[in-house]
Amino acid sequence: MILTQEALKLPQINYVALSPMLILFGAATVGVLVEAFAGRGRRYPVQLGLSLVSLVAALVMVVRVAHTRELTAGGAVAVDGPALFLEGTLAVLGIVALLLVAERSLEPGGPFVAVAAVTAGTEADRVQAQRRDAGTEVYPLLLFALGGMMLFVSANDLLTMFVALEVFSLPLYLMCGLARRRRLLSQEAALKYFLLGAFASAFFLFGIAMIYGYAGQINFAAIHEAIQSSTNDRILLYLGLALLAIGLLFKAAAVPFHVWTPDVYQGAPTPVTAFMAACTKVAAFGALLRVIYVAFERTAWDLRLVIGGIAVLTMVVGSVLAVTQTDIKRLLAYSSIANAGYLLVGVLAVGGNGNHDGLASSMFYLVAYGFSVVAAFGVVTLVRDADGEATHLSRWAGLGRRSPLYAGLFTFLLLAFAGIPLTSGFTSKFAVFGAALASGQAWLVVLGAITSVILAFPYLRVVVLVWLSEPGENTPTVSIPGALTSAALAIGALATLLLGIAPQPLLDLSSRAAEFVR
Amino acid sequence: MRSTGMRLIVGTLRCMRGYLGSYATLGLLLVVGAAALTGAFGVNRLLRPGRPGDPAGKFANYECGLDPVGGDWAQVQIRYYLYAYLYVLFAVESVFLFPWAVVFALPGFGRTAVVEMGIFVGVLALGLLYAWRKRVLRWT
Amino acid sequence: MHYATASGTLSSVWLLIAIPLASAAILLLLGRRADRWGHWLGVGSVFVAFILGLVYFFALRGLPAGPGSYRGADRTLFTFLDVGKLKVTFGLLFDPLSAIFVLLITGVGFLIHLYAVGYMADDPGRRRFFGYFNLFVAAMLTLVLGDNYLITFIGWEGVGLASYLLIAFWFDRPSATTAGKKAFIMNRVGDVGLLTAMFLMFAAFGSVSFSDVFGAVGRAGSTTVLMLGLLLLLGACGKSGQFPLQAWLPDAMEGPTPVSALIHAATMVTAGVYLIARSNPIFSANLAAQTVVVAVGAFTLMIGAIIGCAKDDIKRVLAWSTVSQIGYMFLGVGLGGVAYALALIHLLAHGFFKAGLFLGAGSVMHAMNDQTDIRRFGGLWRYMRITWVTFGLAWLAILGIPPLSGFFSKDPIIEAAFNRAGWSGWLFGTAALVGAGLTAFYMTRLFVLTFHGPKRWTDAETPGGPAAVHPHESPPVMTVPLILLGIGSLAAGALMATPVKDWLLPVFNNPAEETASHLSTLTVTLLTLLVVLVGAGVAVALFRTGTELVEQPAGPVVTAARRNLYGDAVNEALFEKPGLYLTRALVYLDGKGIDGLVNGLAAAVGGGSGRLRRTQTGFVRTYALSMLGGALLVVAAMLVVTLG
Repeated sequence: MILTQEALKLPQINYVALSPMLILFGAATVGVLVEAFAGRGRRYPVQLGLSLVSLVAALVMVVRVAHTRELTAGGAVAVDGPALFLEGTLAVLGIVALLLVAERSLEPGGPFVAVAAVTAGTEADRVQAQRRDAGTEVYPLLLFALGGMMLFVSANDLLTMFVALEVFSLPLYLMCGLARRRRLLSQEAALKYFLLGAFASAFFLFGIAMIYGYAGQINFAAIHEAIQSSTNDRILLYLGLALLAIGLLFKAAAVPFHVWTPDVYQGAPTPVTAFMAACTKVAAFGALLRVIYVAFERTAWDLRLVIGGIAVLTMVVGSVLAVTQTDIKRLLAYSSIANAGYLLVGVLAVGGNGNHDGLASSMFYLVAYGFSVVAAFGVVTLVRDADGEATHLSRWAGLGRRSPLYAGLFTFLLLAFAGIPLTSGFTSKFAVFGAALASGQAWLVVLGAITSVILAFPYLRVVVLVWLSEPGENTPTVSIPGALTSAALAIGALATLLLGIAPQPLLDLSSRAAEFVR
Repeated sequence: MRSTGMRLIVGTLRCMRGYLGSYATLGLLLVVGAAALTGAFGVNRLLRPGRPGDPAGKFANYECGLDPVGGDWAQVQIRYYLYAYLYVLFAVESVFLFPWAVVFALPGFGRTAVVEMGIFVGVLALGLLYAWRKRVLRWT
Repeated sequence: MHYATASGTLSSVWLLIAIPLASAAILLLLGRRADRWGHWLGVGSVFVAFILGLVYFFALRGLPAGPGSYRGADRTLFTFLDVGKLKVTFGLLFDPLSAIFVLLITGVGFLIHLYAVGYMADDPGRRRFFGYFNLFVAAMLTLVLGDNYLITFIGWEGVGLASYLLIAFWFDRPSATTAGKKAFIMNRVGDVGLLTAMFLMFAAFGSVSFSDVFGAVGRAGSTTVLMLGLLLLLGACGKSGQFPLQAWLPDAMEGPTPVSALIHAATMVTAGVYLIARSNPIFSANLAAQTVVVAVGAFTLMIGAIIGCAKDDIKRVLAWSTVSQIGYMFLGVGLGGVAYALALIHLLAHGFFKAGLFLGAGSVMHAMNDQTDIRRFGGLWRYMRITWVTFGLAWLAILGIPPLSGFFSKDPIIEAAFNRAGWSGWLFGTAALVGAGLTAFYMTRLFVLTFHGPKRWTDAETPGGPAAVHPHESPPVMTVPLILLGIGSLAAGALMATPVKDWLLPVFNNPAEETASHLSTLTVTLLTLLVVLVGAGVAVALFRTGTELVEQPAGPVVTAARRNLYGDAVNEALFEKPGLYLTRALVYLDGKGIDGLVNGLAAAVGGGSGRLRRTQTGFVRTYALSMLGGALLVVAAMLVVTLG
């Protein structure tokens, strides 16, 4: 092979535009060093400080480069409106989730252990579950995951996207297995997530191969071109698109690729669940939006029916299954599945030329839902008894008497999930459904409304349980949260309220950002 | 005078040259494949000694002709996994090193390429460092 | 018609509403902390409002007269509603009509507030009472000051609320809460009329402000005007206890007596009269509407008087008397022309003497351990001289004995009724005349049984038992208002008859005096006096020596009167029973049909959920298989959709 100078040039890299994720990756690497060399006692403050500072720095950088609209790193990464909007979202939600992760006043030593893979039930595992000065590995993992997510939403070719997918998935698998309490359940969750995630990655990779076979390229812009000009068999294209979509829909927890969600949400440490519910959703939908809008816009019409069907299935299965759940974390997991359905409705509202309402409203939805869900899981971490968190619904009976403040907060968040006006749940659903209506997807909106009604039932059941039942003997206490959890709850609840009352600034911001660079 | 059967075969062959020709080949292949399979199993059935029941060793695991040691649901030491993982890490690293080695002498690459590759290898080395500090490189 | 913009002193006319409202807010929000001084704040705020009312009154008199010597000041505060074509400003109109109402409300209101300080002295809820009372004053002032129907309606609903709260003030008594609800519901029926009238105005004229509506009435079709008139009349009937919505007013006497005096005698119940007087351009433009108003008034004054004759509860007699007297006012405003002013003069006079009567009744009850049955009074004049004298003055005033106020206010209405053109003049005139006789009868019966004749005292708690009561005169804080109201009953009529008429007539476009008359003024006056004296004489003759202590069997007429002429029975049969059946049918339909459907759906969802849940086995292999199945489905669907 002869290498000409034209064929191989050093790609131009706009380091400033990429700095948010570079900062996170750098901080994560430093975090690994801290793990390796810092004394045990000092790790917690150092890691927490490092993570917080790097996330804030990443956020600052996102704001500073907010007007960048370009492709960089040889066209592998796009720094455009949606990418920056979602990177900012990830940074903010990451900070809030980090506050939950770092809370140590609820449980001595925090809710994490150091090593995920110690066999559950062995002496070694018992020892590590009792240590109070370990469990700081979660911080670099969190930063790696966040960095990967940022890359995921801005990846502009399929391989970069795949690498990013793995970069944020692997830390997540590990984090799921780090719970200090209920080790076996936590490890089971991690393993399930890992196996099924690998399975889905295989689909994704296979899809990339198909697309490459069709287009001869993996770059989104080139795929966009090829769809019009390529003479190859279109079966390859559609097969590849379907497989690609499966990989992404797995992360987004859409039916029928949702099966892992309840088990993993339940088994993972609750702060990690909060992180996944908020940030993984952002990443998955960010990537899905980019793939559909940038690479496959010309097949969007063909996609509609299939993705629409998946959206309907997701909404229906998520809401119907939520009805009979008895564990609060599983309930929230199914709620998260149903919300993925609503987001898909927004994704499908591709309004044609220049009308990016669907994109803007989906991004708004991601922000609104992220804040609410982090706060909701934050409340779950507070309801505890001697064995750790009490997540079975029967244990929540009469909680309103024990702790009106947190029960009230949780009720407010559930009302937000149910889409009651004056909460962000209402404005975000309204925006998404409005965009879908405008692009002629009335049937999806009707089904969305129906499933919202079904979904209101389990939420209200919890509300009734919390407020109208007498507290029993085994109603757990609500721990007084430390400053970090309080801050996370306050931010989440305030955002839920503010986005419900005055959503316009964020709506404006999201619609200004809703323009991909190809 | 040609029989009706002959005419049919000729007609079929003519068709094969036409539009459905390639499919006919496929069909023929299928037929031959099925015939070979049935034939092989049939011959097997004819030749083998007919001994129903449970002879010794019928359900034993097959390990290269040797007698199996232990059960077939053995757990593998997790440490193997760690080593395999570290091995893959560096195998993949070397895969990336080859193209770098090819281009870094070209004009315009030079120092930048070295620095970038240095960072890449450094990050990987960091992982090794971490593993070492966490004492996972020790077998016991 | 266009009102001049308020300037100078009159631009602060909103203070009239703001001061009692602020006082009510303070009293209700501070809670028990205001218990010690709250009532004086309540009294003070109304007194200040009265002084302000006087100041504004004189400021209004000082204004240069506009066309038709009409004086009015319109004060627009802010835009209240701006929805589509409907633009409503929060504007206040201070003109002769609202001015006399303001003076009546704040003046009489102040006296009754003062009285209530004594009357409610022992009640633990006195602060709350004054809070509601102030709220009522503020709402009533809003009602009469609004420069459009919507603001008036806000006041209208406000007084309804205050009335409800005050009727049910002793909410631990079932009868009080029931009466409160009854009043509220029957008022709602009337409110529907007023609301619909506003809708109709907006539909027809595009506005609900007085100036726009009255300006456009002349161009509107007669059906529209008639409909407007009838709907407004329905609203007025509800608030003023006129037929067919009269049944709530007597029950409203369950509230404390000052409430009965202020709200259910002197002011709120006259809101209907105000509404019709204010809407005079609408009624004057349609004879049919006027006739209906007159008929309602005449009919109500008759039934009120008839039922009043048969009642034994001192407050109920006064309540039916109120119904009857407001009937006179309706008769007046229905007659139109100069009679608008006559009706309003009667309203003012009635405000004084009826408030005096109620407060006197309260004083008697105070003395008699809350006994209200006039058959168990008697001979009280010796024990409560001030109450006796002031009550007597009010009694003579309502009878219309010259020179007390009723003579100057009621007789002209009777005369005007006689002078209505055609046969209807004879009909309504006769009704008014007979009503006057009946009024004389039942009021004299009330007066004689209460203050004269033998003592028939028994304790309220043990009606049949021996007398354990020691009647005594009320404290000065109660008697001073009585005296002032007594003076009002004595003198107000003569003082007001001419100047108030001149003061008000510009509001009604300066109608000409009726010239054609069936009977001369002298004839009517003499006739009325005769009838009144006969009625009073019969009563004195019958009840001079007291009466039986318990209800005696009587003929069909008296029985019917005792049963409120079967008004409640009619309501029950016509509205309550069908409503009950309808509700039951709806509940049944809701339970079986809608709930069945909803519950069925819920059960289906729950069942589906339970079944679907079993697919979540917890095994990774099952999950992987389901993902694979899903993937196959997606791929197949994709290929079918795109290639098929």
